[in-house]
Amino acid sequence: MIEFKDDWCKGCNICIDRCPVNALEESDRLNKKGVRPPQLKKDNKCNYCRLCELICPDLAITVIPEEIKKEDKKTLLSPIGGKTK
Amino acid sequence: MVEIKTADELNKKFLREGMWPTIFCNGCGHGVVLEYTFWALEELGWDMDNVIFASGIGCSSRLPGYINADGLHTTHGRAIAFATGIKAANPDFNVIVFTGDGDCSGIGGNHFIHAARRNIDITVIMINNFIYGMTGGQLAPTAPLGSIATTAPYGNIEHPFDISNLACALGANYVARWGVSHPYQPIKSLKEGLQKKGFSLLEFLAPCPTAYGRRNKLGDIKKHWAWYDNNTILKEDYEKIMKYGTEEEKAQVKDKIQLGVFQDIQKSGFFESYEKLVNRLKEKETKAKGAKK
Repeated sequence: MIEFKDDWCKGCNICIDRCPVNALEESDRLNKKGVRPPQLKKDNKCNYCRLCELICPDLAITVIPEEIKKEDKKTLLSPIGGKTK
Repeated sequence: MVEIKTADELNKKFLREGMWPTIFCNGCGHGVVLEYTFWALEELGWDMDNVIFASGIGCSSRLPGYINADGLHTTHGRAIAFATGIKAANPDFNVIVFTGDGDCSGIGGNHFIHAARRNIDITVIMINNFIYGMTGGQLAPTAPLGSIATTAPYGNIEHPFDISNLACALGANYVARWGVSHPYQPIKSLKEGLQKKGFSLLEFLAPCPTAYGRRNKLGDIKKHWAWYDNNTILKEDYEKIMKYGTEEEKAQVKDKIQLGVFQDIQKSGFFESYEKLVNRLKEKETKAKGAKK
C-alpha cells in the first residue's frame, strides 16, 4: 500500500517518471494547490522498492509493505506415520 | 528506541510541526537532500538535542527551519564561521551546516577555505544548483560554461568552480559529491561524513527548474532531472575510461561531472589539536610551579 499526503504534493510527477515498474499514475482528484497527486494504478504492480518514498521532494509518499501471505501448498502427499481417520 | 521504517514515522520525528509543506518550487531537489539527511541521522541514532544546524541565506539555508532541532539562520555566506563558533563553545555538539553554492563558494568563499584548511570538526552539506535561486537567478560561481542567467543573458564565459576539488586540495577529511536521484549512495556517504572527525564536505547536485532550468531550456521537470543523469558519471568509471578507453569514449565523458567519494582520510581535527596544546601548556605550567617551590 502507498499513502499519499495529498496537500503536501506539488505535482512534480517525479515519482511517476522514476518508478521502475511503472505502477503510479496521476489521479482524478485535485488537492489544495490545484494539482493532481499520484495514485497507484488499479492493477497493483508495486514491488515496494521505496524509491518514490526516498525521492519525493515533499516527503508526501509513505510506502507500507504489505505482508504477502503465502498460500499453503496443498499436496496430495499426506504425512507418513499419522493416524488415519 | 523504536525503529523507524516508513517515511511517515520519520517525518513525525524530525519535521517541525506546522512548517511543512516547504516554500520550495515544484521539482526542486532541496527536499530530497533534507530527507536523505533525516535517514542518515536516523540510522546513526543520534540524540537530536546534541545536533545543531547552521545556515546562511538562500533556498538551501531554509532547511534548518523545517527540522525539529536547534538551528542558526545567519548572515549571507557566514554560516561556516558561526558553526565554528558553536563548535568552539562546546565541542560535544555535532554541527551540521546547510549551505548553497552561492552562499558557500561565492559570498563565503574564504570562510569555507579556511574552515577546510584548519580541519574544523563540522559537516558541510552544500546543495549546488548552479545559480542564486532565491534572489532572482544571478550567475553563481559554479554554473557550467555557456549557461544563461539574469546576469549572464548571452551565456556564461567564466570557468566554473569545482568545490569538491578545492576541498580535496585543502585537505578536508571527507569529500563527496552526489546527485539527488539515487538515494542509497548519498545516505551512506552522509553517514560516513557525519561520523568523521574533522571537516567533511558533501556536495549535492540539486535541480532548480525555476531559476536555472527555465532559462537553460530545461524548464520541464523530467527533462531537468534527466539532464543530471546524462551529464554525470561515477568517478571510478571516469578514471577507467580516461585510462583504457578509446578517443571517442574519452571525448564523450570529458565534460561530464564526476560523482563519488573524492577524499577519505584521517587527519587530526582542529579541536583535537587544540586540546593537546592546552594539555601540554598546563603540564608545562605545573612543572614550572613545582620547580619554583
